[in-house]
Amino acid sequence: MAAATLETLLGRHGHDGTRLVQILREVQDALGWLAPETLTAIAHAIDRPRAQVESSAGFYSFFHTRPLGDYRILFSDNITDRMLGSQALLRRLCERLWLEPGRVSEDGLVSVDTTSCTGMCDQGPALLANYRAITRLTPQRIDHMARLIRRRVPVSDWPREWFRVEDNIRRRDVLLGNGLAPGEALAAALERAPTALLDEIERSALRGRGGAGFGSDIKWRACRAARGDAHYVVCNADEGEPGTFKDRVLLAGFFDLVVDGMCIAGFAIGASQGFIYLRGEYRHLLDLLETRLAERRAAGLLGRDILGRGFDFDIAIHLGAGAYVCGEESALIESLEGKPGKPRIRPPFPVTHGYLGQPTTVNNVETLALAALIAVRGGEWFRTIGTASSTGTKLLSVSGDVARPGVYEFPFGVTVAAVLEAAGAQDTQAVTTAGAAGPCLTAEAFGRRIAFEDVATGGSLMVFDASRDMFEVARNFINFFAHESCGLCTPCRVGTAVNARLMDKLARGRGSPCDLEEMEKLHQLMQHASHCGLGSTATIALRDMLARFRPAFERRLRSPDFAPDFAPAFDLDAALSQARGMTGRSDPGAHLGDETSATGALRAGEEPR
Amino acid sequence: MNDSFLLDGETIPFSPGQTVMQAAAAAGKYIPHLCWHPDFAPHGSCRLCIVRIGGRYATACTVGAARGQVVENRSEAIDAERRTLLQLLFVEGNHFCPSCEKSGDCVLQATAYEMGMLTPHFDHFYPDRPLDASHPEVLLEFNRCILCELCVRASRDVDRKNVFALAGRGLRSHLIVNSESGRLADTDFAATDRAAAVCPVGAILKKRVGFAMPIGKRTYDPRPIGKSHEPGTREDE
Repeated sequence: MAAATLETLLGRHGHDGTRLVQILREVQDALGWLAPETLTAIAHAIDRPRAQVESSAGFYSFFHTRPLGDYRILFSDNITDRMLGSQALLRRLCERLWLEPGRVSEDGLVSVDTTSCTGMCDQGPALLANYRAITRLTPQRIDHMARLIRRRVPVSDWPREWFRVEDNIRRRDVLLGNGLAPGEALAAALERAPTALLDEIERSALRGRGGAGFGSDIKWRACRAARGDAHYVVCNADEGEPGTFKDRVLLAGFFDLVVDGMCIAGFAIGASQGFIYLRGEYRHLLDLLETRLAERRAAGLLGRDILGRGFDFDIAIHLGAGAYVCGEESALIESLEGKPGKPRIRPPFPVTHGYLGQPTTVNNVETLALAALIAVRGGEWFRTIGTASSTGTKLLSVSGDVARPGVYEFPFGVTVAAVLEAAGAQDTQAVTTAGAAGPCLTAEAFGRRIAFEDVATGGSLMVFDASRDMFEVARNFINFFAHESCGLCTPCRVGTAVNARLMDKLARGRGSPCDLEEMEKLHQLMQHASHCGLGSTATIALRDMLARFRPAFERRLRSPDFAPDFAPAFDLDAALSQARGMTGRSDPGAHLGDETSATGALRAGEEPR
Repeated sequence: MNDSFLLDGETIPFSPGQTVMQAAAAAGKYIPHLCWHPDFAPHGSCRLCIVRIGGRYATACTVGAARGQVVENRSEAIDAERRTLLQLLFVEGNHFCPSCEKSGDCVLQATAYEMGMLTPHFDHFYPDRPLDASHPEVLLEFNRCILCELCVRASRDVDRKNVFALAGRGLRSHLIVNSESGRLADTDFAATDRAAAVCPVGAILKKRVGFAMPIGKRTYDPRPIGKSHEPGTREDE
């Protein structure tokens, strides 16, 4: 049974090792988990060393090499989910199911755990049930879910309403109000020669929307000029930055414009194959997008001889499996090739040595949609929008303490304050402007502008009002990076883990001023020495929060007045508690002379208030 | 050989295509490193070889040498960051030099001495990593693995066996071997493989020869690693 299933699946992928991540996902879907003998069978079938198959299986969060239950429930653990009460709901579900978080139930039925931001911050708290997104959780839904699980009702038979994902578009501008028909932008683009198209993109001064802001025309020209057996276009839909979800909305509601953009990119660089790297958390979109691609093929808008103009270009969708680092373009390409998503040494850059070593352009979903818009409306028109250095509009994912969370399209140059006002934010103490990986702004900076030359952003704005404890925000981010570090380089792999431990130590009320200095020192090291942007941006928000919300950290110190240079993470007196229990002693002589433990003000494991 | 750059003020010649590390090594100049080895493609993961070139940080093992570069290598500021990287590696694994048979031949230990690392500084992680003694001739001591992937590269690129790989992510990254049982004895690994001799630390050890060379007469005993790159000395073994 298992062997037959395996053979069918592997046959469908042509026993192609570059499809390994897709193979692993489908095999796991079919068999429940990736057993050692399953990995061996896959390795034989695709003719790759078993260790490499195990390497990929062990890298991605959504693959498991041990059984984790028929029902795998993963609560989105972004700070915005927490602010909406996700932690209490997780505990509630665990209580209803009689289990501990992270552990599989004794009968092997279910496990409940957390996962990184699932991109539903505007409709959280959210979770993934067998990797299908469920939004707008309530205590009632949790209780109902527990009953369904206990009655072993398949996830596919759960109430459809639970799986509804809203677009929540709050402000439309030229992109979200485009009114173009499918293929209209592509038809306009194919009227021109590829070089003329590149000139049009250059005139628009379009810059990449993923956050780095690299000139799209420069990237495409470099890719076109690079020699190779084939050229590739990759749409980076691995939207993993905590607090961002605008690409999900583009894919769900504006997919034809995105595909037009990919075809246009393919035409411009001389590619005939494109990939959409869709993050695993957006599994719910996969069937919809595949159907739409098939419809386009039937309509002559994709595949052979597009629009009868002799241009061949097709697209395959690659689903990720829970790895934030795959948003980094060279890690994404590694993943596309079936390997663990670890960033490559750069240079060479993907534009010359990308997918299978061939010239590859990797563009953000929004960038591709805008390129399509520019192909119709022209570069000059586009440049009239936004600022001189940041042309056009930017999609912003706004979540947290706002009345109207959702997607906002604003021309570049809009102030942070104007965005906050549009979203109905009140009493705001802080905004993170590039998810967990960027700065944290406070009120005096709200007059600054969203633009590459001022507040550069991939589009994630998380808003925190005055009631929020910024230490907990920082701790959530630090834990996120410790979970998502790929592990390749020393400063990021160990530095993020040391930071997580220091934050835990502070949370237990056992921190000392030198721990804060330590985090600042690690920030410097990770900036200088990390292999990729994940490590070099992992502590930017922490640095800002340490500078701007110092009291939130200092009140966690073991004794602000005492201010020792160093306090050990280890609680000597607490370690004696077992011995005290065994001997039945509680007299002063059975305690070490530790002032915090003796007063009981801050015992290990307790949160200070 | 008209092309040259400056390494801590000294002129270093290079040929086209060489990295800063290759050119420095050829000139007998030491740039601290763990995952780099002259016989293998650069990996860029340990980050010990960070240098500053025109104010920007780069790893010497991956950055191409270019005419007129001004490379800052052994400054106190950069060595201090290297010391921290070493400390991170020491607390991540279980490295007990006094009881390790690789002591004196260990690149991690020697580099820590060279960088003046006096304490581990951070809290130890004390990971639980069972060792693999299944192979008749070679012991895998995962406690000491620093994830440099030299054995992965050697087994893949030289031995053509793919015995080793890394699995897991982040702090859970760990060395695995190419067998369903997870045991080295069940792979086609041999003690004569290049991968058996390339480990810079004490993670891959040939059995029964651990103390054939007495402590005091080992690679880095007479001469610290910083001087080992000078002409007439050998990098490994």
